[in-house]
Amino acid sequence: MNTDHSVTENLPSRASQFKPNLWNRYTQDRIFAILSWGATALAIAILIWLLATILIDGLSTLNWNFIDSFASRKPERAGIKAALAGTLWVMGVVAAVSFPIGVGAGIYLQEFAEDNWFTRLVEINISNLAGVPSIIYGLLGLAAFARILEPITGGRTILTGGLTLVLLIMPVIIVATREALRAVPDSIRAAGFALGATQWQVIWHHVLPTAMPGILTGMILALSRAIGETAPLIAIGAATFIAFTPEGLQSSFTALPIQIYDWVGRPQREFHDLAASGIIVLMAVLLLMNAGAIYLRNRFQKSR
Amino acid sequence: MTVQTPANAPRALWRPNRDRAKLTQNIVKVICGSFAAISILTTLGIVATLFFETLSFFGDVPFWQFLTDRKWTPLFASKEFGIFVLVSATVMISIISVLVALPLGLLAAVCLSEYATPQTRKFLKPMLEILAGVPTVVYGYFALLTVTPFLKGILGALPFIPEIKNFNALSAGLVLGIMITPMVASLSEDAIFSVPQRLRDGAYALGATKRETVTAVVLPAALSGIVSSLILAVSRAIGETMIVTLAAGANPTLGFNPFVPVMTMTAFIVQVTKGDAVHGSIAYQTLFAVGTTLFLMTLLLNIFSFWFVRRFREKYD
Repeated sequence: MNTDHSVTENLPSRASQFKPNLWNRYTQDRIFAILSWGATALAIAILIWLLATILIDGLSTLNWNFIDSFASRKPERAGIKAALAGTLWVMGVVAAVSFPIGVGAGIYLQEFAEDNWFTRLVEINISNLAGVPSIIYGLLGLAAFARILEPITGGRTILTGGLTLVLLIMPVIIVATREALRAVPDSIRAAGFALGATQWQVIWHHVLPTAMPGILTGMILALSRAIGETAPLIAIGAATFIAFTPEGLQSSFTALPIQIYDWVGRPQREFHDLAASGIIVLMAVLLLMNAGAIYLRNRFQKSR
Repeated sequence: MTVQTPANAPRALWRPNRDRAKLTQNIVKVICGSFAAISILTTLGIVATLFFETLSFFGDVPFWQFLTDRKWTPLFASKEFGIFVLVSATVMISIISVLVALPLGLLAAVCLSEYATPQTRKFLKPMLEILAGVPTVVYGYFALLTVTPFLKGILGALPFIPEIKNFNALSAGLVLGIMITPMVASLSEDAIFSVPQRLRDGAYALGATKRETVTAVVLPAALSGIVSSLILAVSRAIGETMIVTLAAGANPTLGFNPFVPVMTMTAFIVQVTKGDAVHGSIAYQTLFAVGTTLFLMTLLLNIFSFWFVRRFREKYD
């Protein structure tokens, strides 16, 4: 009786102790919202700042002469012909080698593999490889492709550079392939099996064509990562000063990012502007590749 | 008899060569499996090349000296091999980059997931993807030729701040932070977005404001994803090469002064490989000793990140 009384007596006072303090809390709310919008805006502002700087610095020296000239000690005569050709050659090697291997590995892991120690080992491996710094791949390329396999690759050549980048982007392609294969509905596979096709026939004739746009999208994104990679190519010892276009896989080479790196590192301002022009070319190629990937992705989504 | 022929003809034409189909299937399976095995070969290749060259490095340089020397001069006549000179620069630049990427990335993730409307999100996410896709050599250009002069202009006007050199850890770290921000943002955003709506509704029902819901309910629930995104970003920052090579300089100095040129592990690798490192020389071996240190640091971080997610993930069903 007595305790009950005290509780009812205390209730109003407890309720009055609770101060919602709404004005303060809403102010904090507003500050927090402003901060998070501000952070996003800042990131985008920096992106715009970066792009604007490069356009302002580089547009004045960007002309056909720049694209059609070799590297030179005189900034007004220097161009990116050798670098652009080198990049195209290396990318050709990367695409030709990484596509079959990456897609094959992806097919194996997604369609064929049983859940055993080998599959698990490969899966752990791939997620670990994705976290290895690119310059470590460069060291691997230096030791394995440029030195041990020198009779095949010819040393610090296009083939060495290409194979090093292949290893670098392999995890990306495998993951993209698996995701594209996973998106193919099982009913397609079941229909193929019901008609008596072997697993490989089902994959080759039905699953792969359906998954191809997704695989190609991943492939393009992987290539666009490879095209901007500088560190591994420097690590395998690609040249910075080349005054000829490559003639074959065993030709020494320079690439667009390396040429840009070389120009940025020089003290003269004229070379910095050339570097900016090179960056514009590189970013334009990247933009085209990404536009292609987005186009493929949209077509893929429409058809399903 | 002749009447039956048309009906029988297709059946006669259909001769499934099951043995051949199965043989093809097995051959393809072996080929694809060996392609998958290439990933294991890559790892083995990395470990083997790093290990053997590092082993011969420690045949010439005592391990103790590698840890305790206070200078890094492997290319000079009087050689000293204090790896901590390079490690300190790498760690300092990574810390600066995290100080940028943590608030920026996390707040951007909160903004995208909690504040932005679907339409704004659709516009903002590709912008962050562009930021993530910019080649690192471009960030290097930006750090050296835009951010450094900018910092000199701003910080040079303030008192008590020492002179900023043309190559410095600060601008490299800041730009590196910008580079890893999209990674923190998009991975954290995935984690925040996957927090179930009913947790937010519960907080609102108790009278919490939006900010209180985010900081007291949503962020703790997404903590494992956020922390692992941060660790992966740090691991990326440690292994980043072009920004630090271009903007931070090539001057091995021990200590944590962000205003002077320093040399990170990756910058050293670039410096040596840019010249002609002859196989078997001490410079060549040093390359792999530094590479091993770098590899172990990033590997430990990656493993820690995987472990952290598995250990602390909140499961909602």
